[in-house]
Amino acid sequence: MLSLESTTRVIHEWLNQHFSPATALFTEFVLVGLSAITLFAFLGLSLVWMERKVAAVMQIRLGPNRVGPKGIFQTTADTLKLLMKEGLVPDGADKFLFNLAPFIVMIVAMLILAPIAFAKNLQIWDINIGVLYLSAISSLSVIGILMAGWASNNKYSLLGAMRSGAQIVSYELSAGLSVLSIVVMTGSLSIRDIILSQEDGWWIFKAHIPALISFVIFIIAVTAETNRAPFDMAEAESELTAGFHTEYSGMRFALFFLAEYINIFIVCAIGATIFFGGWMPLHIGHWQSFNHVMDYIPSSIWFLSKTLGLIFLIMWFRWTFPRLRIDQLLNLEWKYLLPISMFNLLLMTIVAITGWHF
Amino acid sequence: MFLKDYIKDVYGAVRSVLKGMRMTGYYFTHHKEIITEQYPDNRETLKLAERFRGEVVLIHDEKNEHACTGCSACEIACPNGTIKIINKFDISPEGKKKKAIDTFVYHLELCTMCNLCIEACPTDAIKMAQTFEHSVFDRSKLTKKLNNEGSKLREGIE
Repeated sequence: MLSLESTTRVIHEWLNQHFSPATALFTEFVLVGLSAITLFAFLGLSLVWMERKVAAVMQIRLGPNRVGPKGIFQTTADTLKLLMKEGLVPDGADKFLFNLAPFIVMIVAMLILAPIAFAKNLQIWDINIGVLYLSAISSLSVIGILMAGWASNNKYSLLGAMRSGAQIVSYELSAGLSVLSIVVMTGSLSIRDIILSQEDGWWIFKAHIPALISFVIFIIAVTAETNRAPFDMAEAESELTAGFHTEYSGMRFALFFLAEYINIFIVCAIGATIFFGGWMPLHIGHWQSFNHVMDYIPSSIWFLSKTLGLIFLIMWFRWTFPRLRIDQLLNLEWKYLLPISMFNLLLMTIVAITGWHF
Repeated sequence: MFLKDYIKDVYGAVRSVLKGMRMTGYYFTHHKEIITEQYPDNRETLKLAERFRGEVVLIHDEKNEHACTGCSACEIACPNGTIKIINKFDISPEGKKKKAIDTFVYHLELCTMCNLCIEACPTDAIKMAQTFEHSVFDRSKLTKKLNNEGSKLREGIE
């Protein structure tokens, strides 16, 4: 059967037959990098289109419908426009940091891609501290945002960047704690082990109430971490023009825009991996025949559909809720989400020790 | 006591959040009615809101008569000098002088559609029209004379 796993294996064997191991490894690096960039470009284009369509349908509008059937080429046209626009650098800006910041944000988004399992046995880098790596790298993107805000030499940019710093640093806590509660159940930080432990049911079903609470906290925290409405304090169109990327134009702006959508995809992929079993098909306990039927659907389709479902959930948030003020935002984290997630971690530990899960 | 309020807060928040999501979820799953106008495609069947303000027009009836007495209330009410009324004096058959408008000048390029002139008019002679395709290549075309050629004041309006 043709699958992503067999394709990668065939390429690997072919390269090792025809070239020296070092050359083969290097070629594989290049191939992985190219496919990551292609995936990013494709994701950026399709997710922006999806976001606009979802928004339109929720607001009883039509959305993009001019370029191509149902407007699917609208985002391609927008990207072409951004490519051709002049990338202005303000006079008072710190030129080096200003040019570096969008790349930092993109590189961070690329780094998080490494331990994510896209399909059965398809993972760029299977490290035994996958979850730790994810939470460590994902909080690095704030450096890029702070850099952009500081280097722009603009009060709006700086305010947006400072808010974003406060926001990402505080929401990182509850996102980490909610992920940790599943790590407590699995007993491993490796993404592969976490997925394999869900072979007889996804954690959200197996660990029932505490898993549900930590999933809700996780999805709120990652919405805040990716700086999306209702937590778009860093961008704050209505108060800070565009927050940290006010001074950016052309392709540098496009990189920030792209990074936002890549980050959404990545956090949703993490959520799907940890709570919904990643590429693991829907298995229920020991119903052998049912599990066998579910296995016929390819693992990459399971992964993508779970991730897209979570992305849709986050878009649903954006087009439903009003924006929070910065003090309300920090109140929500420090007074509600953090105590609840700590209590939930305790509850999860009790459930894990006493074995009150399925 | 504190804990009770806290739990109540969380419960209320979750409830209202779910309520909001149910609303948008309903719209998402019941995608039939579209409230926006597909403008350039439906030029013929375009439906504008009743109070839409396109431009100021002077109402003329079928006998080419209007209700403007030339009192200049609209000109005074206008915040940015959009309207200029030039008056003339008609001599009635009895030999009396009577004020009437010569030209009702309207600068569309200055108008902000604030509706103050319509509200100021004592005889309801002017109204906001629903036209909105105003773009022209020559700016002078935006300066309009609102009273028709040969129009006169309707009988009985002072």
